[in-house]
Amino acid sequence: MTVKQISAFLENKPGALAAFTRILQDSEIDLRALSLAETEDFGIVRVIVDDPFRTVQILKEEGYVCSLTPVLAIVFEDKPGALVNVLNLLGDNGINLEYSYAFLAKKANSACMIFRVADNEAAIKVLTANGIRPLCQDDMEGMFK
Amino acid sequence: MERYFEPGIECASREQITRLQDERLAATVKRVYETVPYYKNKMDEAGVSPADIQGVRDLHKLPFLSKEDLRKQYPYGLLAKPLSECVRIHSTSGTTGRRVVAFYTQNDIDLWEECCARAITAAGGTKEDVVQVCYGYGLFTGGAGLHGGSHKVGSLTLPMSSGNTDRQIQFMTDLGATIICCTPSYAAYLAESIIERGERDRIKLKAGIFGAEAWTEEMRQDIQNKLGIKAYDIYGLTEISGPGVAFECSQQDGMHINEDHFIAEIIDPATGEVLPYGEKGELVFTSITKEAFPLIRYRTKDICVLNAEPCACGRTHVRMTKPLGRSDDMLIVKGVNVFPSQIETVLLNDGYPANYQIIVERENNSDRIEVQVEMTPEMFSDSLKDITKREKKLVSDLKAMLGIYCVVKLVAPKSIVRSEGKAKRVIDKRNLYAGK
Repeated sequence: MTVKQISAFLENKPGALAAFTRILQDSEIDLRALSLAETEDFGIVRVIVDDPFRTVQILKEEGYVCSLTPVLAIVFEDKPGALVNVLNLLGDNGINLEYSYAFLAKKANSACMIFRVADNEAAIKVLTANGIRPLCQDDMEGMFK
Repeated sequence: MERYFEPGIECASREQITRLQDERLAATVKRVYETVPYYKNKMDEAGVSPADIQGVRDLHKLPFLSKEDLRKQYPYGLLAKPLSECVRIHSTSGTTGRRVVAFYTQNDIDLWEECCARAITAAGGTKEDVVQVCYGYGLFTGGAGLHGGSHKVGSLTLPMSSGNTDRQIQFMTDLGATIICCTPSYAAYLAESIIERGERDRIKLKAGIFGAEAWTEEMRQDIQNKLGIKAYDIYGLTEISGPGVAFECSQQDGMHINEDHFIAEIIDPATGEVLPYGEKGELVFTSITKEAFPLIRYRTKDICVLNAEPCACGRTHVRMTKPLGRSDDMLIVKGVNVFPSQIETVLLNDGYPANYQIIVERENNSDRIEVQVEMTPEMFSDSLKDITKREKKLVSDLKAMLGIYCVVKLVAPKSIVRSEGKAKRVIDKRNLYAGK
């Protein structure tokens, strides 16, 4: 019940992200979600794509340093309190959130978020016990069809 | 009018100087041969005996000594006096991996301080002056050397040590310092701070004695104009004694080498062949009065030119130019000796690749060293926290090794330019050496 996120190292300079996305475009890889974390000198771009394994291969061939990380993807009903509920569940159970970002799917009235936690198994256990089921890779693809 | 600390020796005739050097060299060589097994072995290997060294003309027969030799003999291998006769040590700046320790007897300290006193006197210092010493005190020779020199002159000495600019300026104004001793980059920084605070009219400085790092003629003009002083260069190495091996006079045209204590040669760094005065090459020193730690034909790795022309100041000792470069890859950053190999050691220990580049710049007259390292899959993580944590460890490990703060910059793989498959390790943008 996780999706594969690809992280890649980028230098913090003009055109770095453009060059990166251009490679995905040229290889006909579809981006589902993208998030950037940056320092003064460098950044980490994190993406969810339609074909993570092929993407990693292509990026490595292009000389990028990258890694695959299983992360949690959760779909919310677009109503007040939905996000707070998930965050409370994680927090109350001592699960630390490393980072998180939102993305859009085609399905109306829903919001999607990626959560990176230290312990995926523990988080999945807590969430499913409370009726929240993180997406798997196939679920993810289904949302864009 | 030109002042001298020891006019009899500083203005001695060439004949007198040569005679003194001949006698002292022969005695020193005989003594180290008899007391230091290392020198005996080296001379035996080279087939030279003390009897072959009658004077300066025979100096070329003796083998060279390198910094590597000093490291291998650490700590006592080159000691020529019993430890009980030694009263102090000093050590080369911030080089954990390549430490060199020098020993001093009381006589060594006295002669060294007299050399510094000559430098202070040449810069116009008298017992009426207030000398602010803002070189570091401690293992570094800068503070101790000028401090002792100032005592010998009889000046009021302010032992400030380095740093704490607020306090430096306060003492300088309140106690009316007239001569300041520090690195040229700190002098430039102080000058700017003094002007910014509107204290320029409250200072009484007339001269500065600046050394321990390379500086340009432009920097001299800048410091002189901003502080309204004369800025004098001073040269020295811990191995040989410390600052005061050579110093500038009123002419500010080369540094007089204290030839009654040190014999200078210029050699071709590739062949070791001795070059005539006027030619550019590596500076080699032989100390002829040191008791505890005499060095015979020590290769400084500093490239310079010697000038034996008479000087308008009246001193007869030969002059050396500012160092024009190095014959090895050593960098001097913030007055500290830095070898690229030390940085490489830290990188490899911390799990980084050997793909790195060192960039040295001078911003607002202060040195800045940046180490660029290529990112590798092993060092990468999707978490910024992990990467910055490792980066901080690298910064602190570099600080521990070098003694100075380095900026670390992580760069993309293969982004460090390689020529013929080898990366250019060091880019020094400071242009410290004139005509290079």
